[in-house]
Amino acid sequence: MSVSGLIRMGDNTLVLAQRLCEWCGHAPALEEDIALANTALDLIGQAQLWLELATEREGKGRTADTLAYHRDAWDFRNLLLVEQLNRDFAVTMIRQFLFDTWHLEMLKSLSAHDDAEISAIAQKSAKEVTYHRERSTDTVIALGDGTEESNKRMQGALDRLFPYIGEMFDNDDCDLTDMAALRSAFDVHLSATLDDAMLTLPQSDFFHQGGKTGVRHTEHLGHMLATMQSLPRSYPDAKW
Amino acid sequence: MDAGADMASEWPLWEVFIRGQHGLSHRHVGSLHATDERHAIQNARDVYTRRKEGVSIWVVPTSQITASSPDEKGALFDPSDDKVYRHPTFFEIPDDVGAM
Repeated sequence: MSVSGLIRMGDNTLVLAQRLCEWCGHAPALEEDIALANTALDLIGQAQLWLELATEREGKGRTADTLAYHRDAWDFRNLLLVEQLNRDFAVTMIRQFLFDTWHLEMLKSLSAHDDAEISAIAQKSAKEVTYHRERSTDTVIALGDGTEESNKRMQGALDRLFPYIGEMFDNDDCDLTDMAALRSAFDVHLSATLDDAMLTLPQSDFFHQGGKTGVRHTEHLGHMLATMQSLPRSYPDAKW
Repeated sequence: MDAGADMASEWPLWEVFIRGQHGLSHRHVGSLHATDERHAIQNARDVYTRRKEGVSIWVVPTSQITASSPDEKGALFDPSDDKVYRHPTFFEIPDDVGAM
């Protein structure tokens, strides 16, 4: 059982949650603002469970907080997709939709994991993520099949984030399950949604990698961590 | 932000009713903006049930609600002010009946 596989799950959810929190108070509608914050809070809860289990299994006396607040960018094991900047609502929602679609398949697979604790976290998370995916799917369709301007922005966002899809299905020994096996279910939901959304999937085999291995994070992650970690690093004894 | 003003005119208003854990009927909890019924249910879920407030949600387009006019308040409601005999407070309720 791989500790780094657990850390990957924790880091994906933690980093995306932090990104979503950046919208708090700025989203285009009050209802969307609250919905994004709710999603972020779900993900933070999941991050806590994954990172706690990781530190328990690791047995080096670290805690979920140590991992979240006292590691530098190169020690993070999240997908490059989730650290990408929010930019506009189109990029945020395409990123969310791609992640949710992968995340749900991942959690379905982990729900059947031999390790009882992994499967328990996955089953609990899958309920939340089923709703996340429903919501982001509907938003992608509404904005893709919306106005000329919203369609243009959504297509632009998809073109921008497309090269980050491949890393989600790239297998290595640290993964908790066969990632490549998740691809067909992902593709079915992706293409059905994009059809309804009047969006076109770019055709290319190229993808960026280096997030889940930590060897090549984008420059955005360090800036994000600086904000996220400044308080516990400046006041190591702070309690909250 | 102008976006908020646009949103209010583009997205219709919905009234939200939630049935609580032990509640028998749906209660009006507030209103929100959404593009259609499905979106309204999702928004209601996110805005009004974050703290486990409910087990069922109804949404109704605000435009479908017919309300009494405040101008008619006197004619509609004042006449019942002095009709105390309409309250069932003159009956003795036997103890065996329990809570009514």
